[in-house]
Amino acid sequence: MLTFIRKRSVASLFSLVGLIVMVFFLSRMTGDPASLFLPVEASAEMKQQFRELHGLNDPMLVQFGRYVGDVLTGDLGESYRKARPALDVVLEAFVWTLWLAVTTMSLVTCAAIVVGSLAAFRAGGFFDRAASMLSLIGASVPDFWLAIVAIVIFSINLAVLPTSGTGSLAHWVLPIAVLFVRPFGIIVQVVRGSMITALSSAYVKTARAKGVRSGPIIFIHALRNAMLPVITVIGDQAASLLNGAVVVETIFGFPGVGKLMIDSILQRDFNVVLAAILVTALAIFFMNLLIDLAYALLDPRIRH
Amino acid sequence: MTVSSTRTDSLSADEPAFLRRMGRMLLADKFALVAAVFLVVMVVLAIVGPAWLGEEALKQNLRGRNLAPFDWSRDWFWWFGADALGRPLLARIIVATQNTLLVAAGAVLISAVIGTFLGLLAGFSSPRVSQAIMRLADVIMSFPSLLIAVIVLYLLGSSILNLMLVLSITRIPVYLRTTRAEVLEIRERMFVQAARVMGASSRRILFRHILPIVFPTLTTLATLDFAYVMLAESALSFLGIGIQPPDITWGLMISQGRQYLTNAWWLSFWPGLAIIFTTLSLNLLSNWLRIALDPTQRWRLEMRGETRG
Repeated sequence: MLTFIRKRSVASLFSLVGLIVMVFFLSRMTGDPASLFLPVEASAEMKQQFRELHGLNDPMLVQFGRYVGDVLTGDLGESYRKARPALDVVLEAFVWTLWLAVTTMSLVTCAAIVVGSLAAFRAGGFFDRAASMLSLIGASVPDFWLAIVAIVIFSINLAVLPTSGTGSLAHWVLPIAVLFVRPFGIIVQVVRGSMITALSSAYVKTARAKGVRSGPIIFIHALRNAMLPVITVIGDQAASLLNGAVVVETIFGFPGVGKLMIDSILQRDFNVVLAAILVTALAIFFMNLLIDLAYALLDPRIRH
Repeated sequence: MTVSSTRTDSLSADEPAFLRRMGRMLLADKFALVAAVFLVVMVVLAIVGPAWLGEEALKQNLRGRNLAPFDWSRDWFWWFGADALGRPLLARIIVATQNTLLVAAGAVLISAVIGTFLGLLAGFSSPRVSQAIMRLADVIMSFPSLLIAVIVLYLLGSSILNLMLVLSITRIPVYLRTTRAEVLEIRERMFVQAARVMGASSRRILFRHILPIVFPTLTTLATLDFAYVMLAESALSFLGIGIQPPDITWGLMISQGRQYLTNAWWLSFWPGLAIIFTTLSLNLLSNWLRIALDPTQRWRLEMRGETRG
């Protein structure tokens, strides 16, 4: 197990380096950083001064070395808008997004496993067909449209839930409900497909022949073996939730990373933008590592 | 029958028997049939839409601002109501079909071609090259794709081409991983060994022997991915960094209607419905394709087709 973790970590280290290189060049390839970071009306002297202050006249490699050093020591520059370290601003917002993503994904995972398993247990039955159709529709609905419709219904017409902001539990209901739909639809389909395969396997027939009841067969015997593809999809969906919450956060005025990034782009606060990308990428990266570990834990064959 | 053949002729044009077979299997699945018909209609609208209704979709009519839907006394393209400048919504949705489908189709095509090629390469070349390609895929996968798209489009400016490129780069790993996994399995099979013993070159084995077997999986994947890319494009356009006015896509139309939510819900509602029906059709069709192109599962559809005549 330990060798597996070590091997996997070394392999992912490459991805991490690649990530830092790409973020650096993303900030440099698009022309003059001075005009990118400074306000539009900055004068030529101001730009020159900015370049000297931040060493932008040095050779590219020197700049890159300095950037890597900064990243390793956790120094991602200042937020111009808030006059605070960019990393602090981003981490503050990231906690909100993380909570949103974790809550949503936990709900989605539990609900999808139960619904998908039950659908697979009576494949072709009424519940199965209803669940399949609903999950297909769920996977097809754009979240921003759903958010708008939800606001029209629950906030404007019924006036039972707040439209935006944070503060009470009620503020979390709409964002979570909207973010819930698409991953739920996708994961139910995967759980169902995987469970149908597992339920038709020899060991389930054996368990049935021995007189094990349906409940334990579904949720103990079959589920553990059906979980492998499901975990992959859960990882993918969690990652897309971490970066895809942009739209939903913007609509609901939720102070997460996505909204922070859109706001920072519009106000040219580029240190924050780059820090946000780096932090989100790191989070996704660690999550992929966790998924790999979960895989290895569930299936001993993978460890070798 | 005619409908089904237009849907499938991109898969394999030189086999009329294959087409007839696919057509029969399509008739056996009601949902897939409806989805295919709907998508054909959408493609036709995308081609003729702007030339047919382009003028009506742009003409402003300030007396008809936010006109409510279901006013049957007017021309048919007013039936969904009008937007904030009094432009008929149905006409605008039809015109927007072109950009919406074009961006998604372009992105899917680019990512599928590049991803498949790299996947074939990764599955068939030395471990070192393979490792390098897979690490590249890892990097792209661990990127917050939507955030990257946001910043790249902001920096480079958004045009249809940039949108296609940004969306396609984030989707390359999907095809790459699938193709590689399949190639790793197929290359050990007997017919590949046989081809090699008979002196076929690596390139010939890859493109003449292995690719045709991977192709059905890739077609299914691309159909599914088309829906994904369409949603991503809509989200970007909704945020205001995708397609820019006066060009329109469905996502942009939803965003334009957002500020009139309190008094004119239909501005955002109809274009969203267009997105849902199109993605739903793509998902249904991809489910059907997965069965229809799999020789071991195909009998399910063929049995049903025969009992119905």
